Amino acid sequence: MEIKQTALAGTLESSDIQIMLSQGEKGIHFDLTSDVKKQFGEDIMATIQSVLQAYDIENVLVKVVDKGALTPVIKARAIAVAQRALDLKDEPNWEVL
Amino acid sequence: MAADERLRRTMMFVPGNNPGLIKDAGIFGVDSIMFDLEDAVNMNEKDAARYLVYEALQTFDYGDAELVVRINGLDTPFYENDIKAMVKAGIDVIRLPKTESADMIHELENLVEAAEKEFGREVGSTHLMAAIESAMGVVNAYQIASASKRMIGIALSAEDYTTDMKTHRYPDGQELLYARNVILHAARAAKIAAFDTVFTNLDDEEGFIRETKLIHQLGFDGKSIINPRQVAPVNRVFAPSRKEIQNAQNVMAAIEEAKQKGSGVIAMNGQMVDRPVVMRAERVMKLAKANNLIDAEGNDIEE
Amino acid sequence: MTLKNNVNREIPDQLLKTQNDQGFQMTDFGQPTIQRVAPKVKAQTGPSKVVESIKQVVAATVRDGMTISFHHHFREGDFVFNMVMREVIDAGYQNLTLAPSSLTNVMNDIVVEAIQKGTVTNITSSGMRGSLGDAVSHGALKNPVIFRSHGNRARAIESGEIKIDVAFLGVPNADEMGNANGMNGDAAFGSLGYALMDAQYADKLVLITDSLMPYPNTPASIKQTQVDYVVKVDQVGNPDKIGSGATRFTKDPKELQIARMVNDVIVHSPYFKDGFSFQTGSGGAALAVTRFLRQAMIDNQIKASFALGGITKPTVDLLEEGLVNRVMDVQDFDKGAASSMKNSPAQQEIDASWYADPANKGAMVDKLDVAILSALEIDTKFNVNVMSGSDGVIRGAIGGHQDAATAKLTIISAPLVRGRIATVVPDVTTVITPGDSIDVLVTEIGIAINPKRQDLIKTLSKVPGLPIYSIEELQQKAEKLVGRPKPLAFKDRVVALAEYRDGSLIDVIKEVED
Repeated sequence: MEIKQTALAGTLESSDIQIMLSQGEKGIHFDLTSDVKKQFGEDIMATIQSVLQAYDIENVLVKVVDKGALTPVIKARAIAVAQRALDLKDEPNWEVL
Repeated sequence: MAADERLRRTMMFVPGNNPGLIKDAGIFGVDSIMFDLEDAVNMNEKDAARYLVYEALQTFDYGDAELVVRINGLDTPFYENDIKAMVKAGIDVIRLPKTESADMIHELENLVEAAEKEFGREVGSTHLMAAIESAMGVVNAYQIASASKRMIGIALSAEDYTTDMKTHRYPDGQELLYARNVILHAARAAKIAAFDTVFTNLDDEEGFIRETKLIHQLGFDGKSIINPRQVAPVNRVFAPSRKEIQNAQNVMAAIEEAKQKGSGVIAMNGQMVDRPVVMRAERVMKLAKANNLIDAEGNDIEE
Repeated sequence: MTLKNNVNREIPDQLLKTQNDQGFQMTDFGQPTIQRVAPKVKAQTGPSKVVESIKQVVAATVRDGMTISFHHHFREGDFVFNMVMREVIDAGYQNLTLAPSSLTNVMNDIVVEAIQKGTVTNITSSGMRGSLGDAVSHGALKNPVIFRSHGNRARAIESGEIKIDVAFLGVPNADEMGNANGMNGDAAFGSLGYALMDAQYADKLVLITDSLMPYPNTPASIKQTQVDYVVKVDQVGNPDKIGSGATRFTKDPKELQIARMVNDVIVHSPYFKDGFSFQTGSGGAALAVTRFLRQAMIDNQIKASFALGGITKPTVDLLEEGLVNRVMDVQDFDKGAASSMKNSPAQQEIDASWYADPANKGAMVDKLDVAILSALEIDTKFNVNVMSGSDGVIRGAIGGHQDAATAKLTIISAPLVRGRIATVVPDVTTVITPGDSIDVLVTEIGIAINPKRQDLIKTLSKVPGLPIYSIEELQQKAEKLVGRPKPLAFKDRVVALAEYRDGSLIDVIKEVED
């Protein structure tokens, strides 16, 4: 599925993560900034990727600025940004939650 | 009524879109944690906060604390999805803001029940509480408190209430006296808990303690708080005195003695101990344990 | 070939040979007899030791391959280090060993430059951070850095392992013959504790000051008998950055929670009795502990015999209130502590040897009852890392950690996790202080007691509101929260050696792989 609009979720506060989705070609591409990239970079991307897959988002540019967010926070922000990018802000996908 | 005897001395507000505060909310020993999807969350972030609280409830360990969510009001577009998400998340209690009538509770209850069925949660397992924030809410307090078997408490929310009353908050709290008493009576008559409002000036510890002592004297179960620093002062105010504990221990011993004798009558110092005395003693023992004044078996802790 | 030391760390045995070093064995120093060294003295009787410029004095004293030293009492407000190193680099010296008491951020850039130009090829320090730590961790320095605690530095200087050829010591006041202290002048910082070692053992001692006082200048912590040259400059330091201003009591609920539990541990320990002694350090939680401890001392009518180490205003307040009998002061972290050092005879300036050196006829830490220390990481063996970050990069300092940890009750106060980084881990990245000397870990969710302290487990189990976990449980709780990090990748090259306070090798730090 293609995203309908560029969308952003999350903040730059400590323990949060900001994720931006924008139109991309051929696959999911990450641009990740994080102080814990060495230790948790792959983990962060995998968490976001699994949410995107649940929404069938296949071609997208994912810009991530992580401030030490824990996995449930990453997941919540990924869901929020996916819903927003698909213009489903007010219609939660109960299957994904 | 869903009345139970759990302690509810402190109900801490946690902004629903703040990951740092949400992840740490469980470490301060509060009796109830109230995740706020309403006033603490910006209009554009309602969706994000809902997912954040949802995921937090799935993952983080909040120990024995009662978990409450303040959803957005019935007149907002977020109301129904908030209910569904929180029921699905398995929240203990949904708190309805700006409650003015029993009908509002009935409507909430119907939606909660529908969500429980949709997400396979046991019907009736999601409890409710109402925040009273207006003159109308105060006037209808008992109807609200007794509107549903799911109700576990009602709370005064003084900021909106004083605005509605064309006044504001004063240090002595005279402007809240009527509302506090009405809410308390409604709660006691409906056999549910009564929560007092927040005290927002964190630097005025003396004022906070004074107000907490007042609401403790009136008979409230506890106070709404906005910062972990307020936990210890509230617990200190609610801690029973040495004399109250001794008396409660004597009552407990008398009950034990009656039990051993197989006697239905509990007697202490030749006097019959009646039901209210027993109930008060049980509550004192519970508070004493929660304040670490006695051990789990009810014995004094050696200093 | 490698050898495993007693904290299970692999030490390349090549290092043990070239460094003439031993692997760490145990915390007990024993009672060996030690031969100390003495400095060379160039006799003079001249009327004044004042020279024109730093450039001139550098030219007169420094030669290729020498060891030069500095102190870090000016902390982030230091001007002296940069002024001297500029001249040293520009004069083109090579292969110097840098042996400061520690390196602060304000020194980073010029040290990196000195490394790049070959001016500096060896470093020994308490620690390093920022761009310098990063450069060293990426292999910039020719030889491995040697990290030593404050007590160990004193020991190494006394034994000749660190032979200081020239010490450049900034002071806020001095007279023309070199009588100086740290207490007076615009850039006053209080105790000169670490610098006193250099003053006593350096072959050549250069004082740099911005305030020439009438002769004789007293009180004299550094004496004219030790000084070769005095240089007058415009300003030795930025007073605003030397010490933090008014110490703010933390409002962070998590730190307060930790502080409350640290206080509970101390108060319910057998050491909390009249005449006890303690060291707290300077972190937010440590300052809060001091305040809780004050109340507990008043409530229980208990007074402390002494407070030790780096001193803060809250500790000085206890002295003024009569709750602490003496403050034994090796450095001052804030202005309140520094000015009290000047005014209070009960606040005694002590040098690093007196403070913490194990090779001694008794150091203050040997008499210490309670120490509260911090940690970047602590593992399930209670080993503590205060040196390398979770990414393997050097960003810390041993300070007095290993030394104070020999206290009868050593408490590590640390959050369970910081952001997404666990503090309690299966194995620390770098062992600095061996778990054998740690007694209790306090986190915001509860405490863990070293199993070798069954007595403490018994005593503290009775304390209400003090959840006790095993350290493994705390580690698992941390991991459950943050997940399991990808193991760090290091190259084979050793970039730094961490010594234990007795001079043995406790761990090595390798070049990071990016």
